[in-house]
Amino acid sequence: MNPTLVAARAGLSRGWIEFRQTLTTPGDLIAILLMTGGFLAAIIWTRYTHVPGTHFSLGTTMLVSVLGLNVVVYGVITMGDLLVTEREDGTLLRAKAIPNGMLGYLLGKVINISGQVAFAVAITLVTGAFLVAGLAIGSPGSWLTLAWVLGLGLLATLPLGAVLGSLFSSQRSAGGPMLLLLGGLAAISGIFYPITHLPVFLQWTGQVFPLYWLGLGMRSALLPNAVAAVEIGHSWRHLATFGVLSAWAIAGLVLAPVVLRRMARRESGSDVAARREKAMRR
Amino acid sequence: MDDVLDVRDLRMRYGKTDVLNGVSFAAHCGEVLVLLGPNGAGKTTTIEILEGFRMRSAGEVSVLGADPARAGEAWRARTGVVLQSWRDHAKWQVRELLAHLGRYYAPYSTPSVTRPWDVDDLIETVGLTPHARQRVRSLSGGQRRRLDVAIGIVGRPELLFLDEPTAGFDPEARRDFHDVVHRLTDRQQTTILLTTHDLDEAERLADRILILVGGTIIADGSADELARAMSGQSEVRWSRDGQRFVHAAEDATAFVRELFRQYGESVEDLEVRRASLEDAYMALVRQAEHGVPRKLTAVVA
Repeated sequence: MNPTLVAARAGLSRGWIEFRQTLTTPGDLIAILLMTGGFLAAIIWTRYTHVPGTHFSLGTTMLVSVLGLNVVVYGVITMGDLLVTEREDGTLLRAKAIPNGMLGYLLGKVINISGQVAFAVAITLVTGAFLVAGLAIGSPGSWLTLAWVLGLGLLATLPLGAVLGSLFSSQRSAGGPMLLLLGGLAAISGIFYPITHLPVFLQWTGQVFPLYWLGLGMRSALLPNAVAAVEIGHSWRHLATFGVLSAWAIAGLVLAPVVLRRMARRESGSDVAARREKAMRR
Repeated sequence: MDDVLDVRDLRMRYGKTDVLNGVSFAAHCGEVLVLLGPNGAGKTTTIEILEGFRMRSAGEVSVLGADPARAGEAWRARTGVVLQSWRDHAKWQVRELLAHLGRYYAPYSTPSVTRPWDVDDLIETVGLTPHARQRVRSLSGGQRRRLDVAIGIVGRPELLFLDEPTAGFDPEARRDFHDVVHRLTDRQQTTILLTTHDLDEAERLADRILILVGGTIIADGSADELARAMSGQSEVRWSRDGQRFVHAAEDATAFVRELFRQYGESVEDLEVRRASLEDAYMALVRQAEHGVPRKLTAVVA
């Protein structure tokens, strides 16, 4: 038996167990449903508003863009948050104390969070499909595009979340800045409104980050081709989407092991004990 | 090398502070070694270096024949670390968690040691059978600590580390924990290194006690040996004709013999109290902290 393979398999089942726990723990499930509900409310609010310059529903484009936002929320924020929390509470140290435990731990996180993304995307799309009109979901090509954007999106965001999670020392210091950053990013990434209506320098800033490209990719998958007219260059820019998301994925996959290893090396029982004491005093 | 642990001149320095100033000791297979000392003596630092969780500044360390700073996953599989749970794995069921963590050890089975420990047998050993299906967060403090021990030994370690395992325990949880450790050492040849500042615990569990003060080991021996070597004096109490007497004697047996020779049957309520580990410990720590360098080695293996 190859120990690495055994740990990888244990990691897969760990991810599945954790994902199941997420869906059966009321607090976790409610958090997911509340966020989805919030997005759906915004979609209902804007479903009779037109995308400027077209007769297309703003709510429909928002529904599709929010699928991309979901990937970033879970892939970066939830991943980072879990890593910070579980370093604080000693889960990570336990993983370090068993053979190949870190591999199993990380793989488990990847599976768990991919599951959460799939779940959030599914319920948003299924509920949204009844609320808005004009989705182009009839062709296999739509689903194929959705699949590769989703897969590549996870590859681009999960390592990033892991890196951010390694850099913050406590959950309290991490939560605020990360959410603030995401809020700002969503505003300039064309999720809730076409990016072409922003000042040019903000358009350029938005295009640096994966969120814009995830939203664009989702729109290209699930909206009629005519809607591309309001995008930059009047095109879905598949090649650029693939290129930018891949670049983020490669950067993340190179950086994450280095940062994670450095973080894991520093973990010890007395660090966890010190954090526990600090948390108890708050 | 037969020794499971071999530490020579271990030094640790944080910034300008020396935490360990040349710690040396060894442990052979199946021994329960207790590292005893006041807070801040360097116990945790020592054990974390041996666990491979902390880099040392200098010195030679061999744990199961390897340097923990460079040892790989196969070495890790032969060691067990009992960590104090807090909020981790709160949503996991006891049995589910132990079965999961055990999986990683399966490739490291040897003809003599089957890894991991059978999960139901393990749960039975630590006395958690009635709680096997419970979520971790619903366990009481004492049950949680048993789970910590179970996680530490799920891979049937040859060497087990426990850092202040009973800190914050109530007396019952403490006794339960001691029972588990005894069962562990009775049933298999597990070498145990445990730190504590609880003298009673050290006396109950240790084959051998190392007293660490100010980053140096100042005494090394069994509880009995330490007590006897440190304080040769015993306290003798008796009464005669309704009057009570107390005397500190170097040689209590000779003193009592003489007592009976002189007073015969009029001696009553005789009590001889040998110096306790606590007396020895207090004296040693006081000496060390007041800068009287005295290395006391009661036994040389």
